[in-house]
Amino acid sequence: MRTISYREAINEALSQEMARDESVIVMGEDNAGGAGSPGDEDAWGGVLGVTKGLYHKFPGRVLDTPISESAFVGAAIGAATAGQRPVAELMFIDFMGVCFDQIFNQAAKFRYMFGGNARTPVVIRTMYGAGLRAAAQHSQCLYPIFTHIPGLKVVVPSNPYEAKGLLIQSIRDDDPVIFCEHKALYDTTGEVPEDSYTIPFGEANVVRDGDDVTIVAIGRMVSVAQEAARELAATGIEAEIIDPRTTSPLDTETILESVEGTGRLVIVDEASPRCNLATDISALVAKEAFGSLLAPIEMVTPPHTPVPFSDALEDLYIPDAQKVLNAAKAVVEYKR
Amino acid sequence: MIQRVMMPKWGLSMERGRITDWLVSEGDEVVTGDDLADIDTDKINGTLECPGDGVLRRVIAVAGEEVPVGGTLALIAAASVPEADVDAAAAEARAELEAGIVAEVAGPVTGVAEVDGRSLSYATLGSEGEVVVLVHGYGGDKNSWLFVQEPLSEGRIVHALDLPGHGESTKDVGDGSLDTLAASVIGFLDALGISRAHLVGHSLGGAVVTAAAARAPGRVASLTLVAPAGFGTQVNAGYLRGFAHATSRRELKPHLAALFASPDLVTRQLADDLMKYKRLDGVDKVLTTLLDTLLDGLDVAPLLSTVDVPVAVVWGREDAVLPAANASALQEVRYVGGAGHMVHLESPSSVVDAVASVTG
Repeated sequence: MRTISYREAINEALSQEMARDESVIVMGEDNAGGAGSPGDEDAWGGVLGVTKGLYHKFPGRVLDTPISESAFVGAAIGAATAGQRPVAELMFIDFMGVCFDQIFNQAAKFRYMFGGNARTPVVIRTMYGAGLRAAAQHSQCLYPIFTHIPGLKVVVPSNPYEAKGLLIQSIRDDDPVIFCEHKALYDTTGEVPEDSYTIPFGEANVVRDGDDVTIVAIGRMVSVAQEAARELAATGIEAEIIDPRTTSPLDTETILESVEGTGRLVIVDEASPRCNLATDISALVAKEAFGSLLAPIEMVTPPHTPVPFSDALEDLYIPDAQKVLNAAKAVVEYKR
Repeated sequence: MIQRVMMPKWGLSMERGRITDWLVSEGDEVVTGDDLADIDTDKINGTLECPGDGVLRRVIAVAGEEVPVGGTLALIAAASVPEADVDAAAAEARAELEAGIVAEVAGPVTGVAEVDGRSLSYATLGSEGEVVVLVHGYGGDKNSWLFVQEPLSEGRIVHALDLPGHGESTKDVGDGSLDTLAASVIGFLDALGISRAHLVGHSLGGAVVTAAAARAPGRVASLTLVAPAGFGTQVNAGYLRGFAHATSRRELKPHLAALFASPDLVTRQLADDLMKYKRLDGVDKVLTTLLDTLLDGLDVAPLLSTVDVPVAVVWGREDAVLPAANASALQEVRYVGGAGHMVHLESPSSVVDAVASVTG
């Protein structure tokens, strides 16, 4: 099977869905880069080139917007209630703050407040994560905030295969979806079918089988956990890695089943440590699988600080394979 | 002469494998086709078969070691070859392995043929000799022949085909009838300019190649039927429906146990790969349509009676999808002990031998 990048996988998902369903439209800052102004049209395809090529392929359906998240995210939500399937690109998840009302109080509530009669099939694609030296305002992992809100679905794909299938599912879904792309993953590559396909929400992927410790990892942290698992295997410890793929809905069954088998749990989450997925999953397992636990749960997260701009400090901030390895060893070697 | 046993390339994506167990020891006499070692890849576990005759003189890669495709695993030589020569060859092989030097192992080459408005994907191995076309079963694909295609390709050109609706071919089977599928196989021969080929079919593919031979007798040189559908009346409809309708790995995995005699072969990877296929747009309809073909009294025996070419039949004794009792009306059936429905995965050499018996 051919190999493509995470960026190409997202572009292909958009392209195939736009071809399949003409109500799918794309909008955001520089999505059509340069449209309506002197110079090259489709010069950018968004700040990281994800939507490049769609402008000419689907005339009139790729819209450049003003630099006003509150305006274009609101417009996308409005268009969704009126029958379109908009995919809005919000450059950095850090900028969600300026359009919270549109997302939390409007899009997330419509289905519930209109007695189940309203549909809001909007997708908000957004970049998250540290590692690109982009400093405190452009590096956060804010998916836990959206996971907190009933009425939103939150998707955190960890590789190109997941990115394409989950984005197609997001576009076909009738509820608002926050689709979180890690900026350090765009150039990673993997096998991706050329056909369209979907991956259902709320179904975790078991990335690796193992009997000694369960590692639940989110988004980019899945590859960090895989690196740690390879090193653990060399020391005779077999880790089972679970990628939840969506944080809302969350596949609690697969996580609990795995912990019931291994008795040990490490959660790797790049989000700030308070009220993140690590604490959420930790609480779930402590309540539902307490009797299976052979050791305290370990959480590998950054410290509770803004993401540092200094290269050295940023590298220290992001969970890496060594930290995951240490945590896994700690739970495996734990003695009461 | 000292012969190197190399890490094979099982399937298009295999880059490396790990030896889980050596099944023979240094000093053992071995012949072509003997089981040498169990090998684990990220896709599938398989057994390495011996590529030549002699004595296993040295094991180069030990159990537990991961070796790239083409890396040397062991040395085979006649007992008369001096120890010193074998030692020198072993040292060289070990040094190459550690330096990452591996032999070029040609994997299958993929192609696409346009047939009846559909793109049919295929993988080819071998460059000269008789042409063999491998046709998989319901929900399968060209990669299911990975253990069979390589040994067959010595002295033959072997194409493994993705039927319409399967693998990387167009996800459309039209009316899903045997006629439509058989026409695709003949269309594939046309598209590649093949005047006459040996056809090998597993399960539904067995029915398809039989129908193809009946439809175009001059184009088919022989048939090898591996647990073919459409003979006898016993069908595990529960398996077929379960496979067609499962929407998650959790639902699918229990059904897959029906495919193999050895339950170890039902890996999470297999279930994941099948779910990836089932989640492609259009596959749901493909599987439902073909389910009707399979469960609606499919009877291929009358077609086979019109075919006048050599026929070989292979059936796993422990087949739980199409039980071996279905073979009673067929002649000279090669029953394989310890194998279930997926004979070509559980006992590849049985299938290779059967094909060789009709292709020469």
